[in-house]
Amino acid sequence: MLDSAAAGLPFREARLRLSTIFWRRPWLKALALLALPLAAFVFVYLGALVALFVSAFWQINDFTAKVEHVWTLDNFSTLIHDSVYRRIALRTIGLASAVTLTDAVLAFPLAYFMARIAGGKTRALLFVLVLMPLWSSYLVRIYAWRTILAHDGALNWSLNKIGLPHVGLLYTNWGMWIVFSYIWLPFMILPVYAALERIPQSYLEASQDLGGRGWRTLRSVILPLVLPGLVAGSIFTFSLTLGDFITPLLVGGPSSSFIGNVVEEQVGQPNVPFAAAFATVPVIVMGFYLLIARRLGAFEAL
Amino acid sequence: MTKSRKRVLGGGALALLVAALAVTAAGCGSSSKKSAGSKSPGSGLPTSIGKGEGALNLIEWPGYALAGWRKPFEKNTGCKIHLKDAGSSNQMVALMRTGGGGGGGQYDMVSASGDATLRLIYGGDVRPVNIKLIPGWNDFIEQLKSPAHNTVKGVHYGVSLQWGPNTLLYNTQKVKPAPTTWGALYDPANRGKITVPLNPIQIADAALFLSKQRPNLGITDPYELTKPQFDAVIALLREQKPLVKTYWSFASDEITAFKNGDVTMGAAWPYQTLTLQADKVPVKEIIPKEGATGWADTWMIAKKAKHPNCAYLWMKWVSTPKVQAEQALGFGETPANTKACPFMDKIQAGSCAQYHANAPGAYFKSIKFWKTPVTDCGNGKKNCIDYGQWQSAWTRITG
Repeated sequence: MLDSAAAGLPFREARLRLSTIFWRRPWLKALALLALPLAAFVFVYLGALVALFVSAFWQINDFTAKVEHVWTLDNFSTLIHDSVYRRIALRTIGLASAVTLTDAVLAFPLAYFMARIAGGKTRALLFVLVLMPLWSSYLVRIYAWRTILAHDGALNWSLNKIGLPHVGLLYTNWGMWIVFSYIWLPFMILPVYAALERIPQSYLEASQDLGGRGWRTLRSVILPLVLPGLVAGSIFTFSLTLGDFITPLLVGGPSSSFIGNVVEEQVGQPNVPFAAAFATVPVIVMGFYLLIARRLGAFEAL
Repeated sequence: MTKSRKRVLGGGALALLVAALAVTAAGCGSSSKKSAGSKSPGSGLPTSIGKGEGALNLIEWPGYALAGWRKPFEKNTGCKIHLKDAGSSNQMVALMRTGGGGGGGQYDMVSASGDATLRLIYGGDVRPVNIKLIPGWNDFIEQLKSPAHNTVKGVHYGVSLQWGPNTLLYNTQKVKPAPTTWGALYDPANRGKITVPLNPIQIADAALFLSKQRPNLGITDPYELTKPQFDAVIALLREQKPLVKTYWSFASDEITAFKNGDVTMGAAWPYQTLTLQADKVPVKEIIPKEGATGWADTWMIAKKAKHPNCAYLWMKWVSTPKVQAEQALGFGETPANTKACPFMDKIQAGSCAQYHANAPGAYFKSIKFWKTPVTDCGNGKKNCIDYGQWQSAWTRITG
C-alpha cells in the first residue's frame, strides 16, 4: 500500500478505489458518516447520563464531603423514606401536570383559530405574537411576571382601580403555576397548530354530512386527530416544568422547592451522589411519560 | 425499516451504552486514585512570590474585582484577570469541585464566605497559603487574622478580605415601633411580612437568638450545636416558616421584595440596606440586642491553580489599605485591614465609622462569624451536628 503510494499512484485512482469499497460495503459508508456525531452522542450525552446514574450509588464522607466510591442504596432509601423528598417530587410532578393541562386548554382554541379560521395576514401576525416572548430571555420574562404579581405590582394596581380586593400571588405556588403556564405556552401552541392544520377539510365536511354538529365533530373527529399534537406539546411543557429550578427560586414562596432546587442545593453542599439520586427521579418520570406519549402517537406529530 | 434491521440497530445501541459505561467507570476510577495521593498540608509552602504567569482566573462574588482596582493590578503585574461570578456559596463550592475538584485547573482562586471555606478545606479543593508573603495581613483586625473559618490547626488556607454583619432590615413606615430584637422575625404578629435568606447557615441566626432567649439550652457557639440544641433551633425555625413570605436566594430578590412592598422585615446585609436607601425606600437596619452573625470572605487558592504567583500577587494587592477601602465602599462591607480607615473617609466622609471599620474589640465579640458546622465541637467531643445535617434539616423546613 505504502509502496504503491510512494510510486505515485494517481490521486484519482485512490479515490475511485475508496468509493468502490464504500459502494461494496454500505454499512462502512454509514459508519464513516455517522462516526463523529455518534461518538459525541455516546460519550457526551449517554456518558453524562450513565455517570449520573452510577454516582447515585456512591456516598460522601461526612467529614471531608468527598465522594467515596462505595456502593450503597442509602441515597435511594432516604429519598423513599424521608417524607420531604416525596413531597417535593409530588409537588414538582403535580405542578408540571397542572401547567401541561392549562397550556393544552389555552393552546387549543388559539391554535384552532390560527390553523383553520384566520386568514394569511392574521395568521402571520398571531405567529409573531406567539413566538415573540421567545425572543427575550427566560429570566426577563420571569422578572416581568414578578413586577406584575408583586404586592405593589401591575395586577394589584389594576384590581384596585376597578374596586376589587388585592391578591397576593407572588411567592405562592399559584404564582408559579401562572408563570410556568405563560412561559411554556408557545411550546404547546406550535405542535397543536401543526396537528390541526393537517386535518383535511373533507373530514369535517363528512362529519357534517353525517349529521355531526359542531360539538360532535370536535369530540369525534378533531380531538382524536389532534391528540398526538397535544401529547407532543405536553412533552415540552411537562419536561420543561419538571426540570426547572429558577422559577421556584424567584417566584415561589416558603413551600415551593422543586426537585431541581434540592439537586442544586445538594450539588453545592456538596453531596453529588444524593443530587444524582434525586435527579434520576425526573429521568424515570419522563421515561414513562415518553412511553405513554409514543403509544398515543406523539412522535408522528413532532 | 425491517424488523431484523431494527434489532441490529438496537444491539448496536446497547453495545455503545455498555462502552459508555465502561469509559465512565474507568474515568471515575482513575480520578479517585489521583485524589488519594494529596500531600499533608503545611509542607512545601512558597517562600517568595515569583513572576506572574500572565493570567488569573477568579470565582468571585459579583463586584469583588471591579475595574477600579483590577485594572491597576493587571497593569502592574501582567496578570490578566478572568472573572466567573457566583450567586451563592453553594455555587462557589460546586464550581471549585468541577473537573475533579481543586478548581480542576480551570480556576485559580475563589472569594469564599465562611459557610463554604471549611467545605473547601476539608474537601481538599484549596491549598495552604504562606501568610508571611502578604504584608497587609499584619494590619488585619485580630478576629480575621486566623479565624476558625479559614485557619485549621494553625495552617492558613487563604487570606481574609472583607466582612459584614447579618442585620435586621425593616421598613420604617410600616414597622412601628422599631424592632430591637431578632424576636421580631419569630413573632406571629409579623405573619407574611418576613423574608430570610434561603441558606442553611440561617440556622445559626436562630441559634444565636435562642442562646439569649433560652440560656438553659447552653448554646455558646451558634455553629456548634449538640443534638438537643439543634432540635430546639429547628423547632423554632418550623414555627417561623408560616410567617415567611419568601426565602430569598439573591440579594437582588430581597431588594425587590422590599421595594414592591411584599415584605416589611427581614434578615439582610448592609448591601441591601444601602441599595434600598439609595432608591429612597424607607428602610433601616439594626444589629439587634442579641448581637448578629456575620459573614467574612476569604480569597483561597485552588489546589490545582495554574497561576499561583498571580494568586499571591492578587492577595497581596487586595489586602493593601487603599484597595480594601475601595472594595468596602463599592460593595457595602467592612475591610479586614484596619489601616483602610483613612482611605474610606477620603472616598466618603464618615464611612469608616459607619461601617465599624475602626470599632473596638468589644464590637467584634457581638459578631459570630460564619463557619461551616462540623462534627468536632472544638472541645474534643465529636457530638455536634455537621453541615450535611444542617442542609437536610433546612430542606425539610423550607422544602
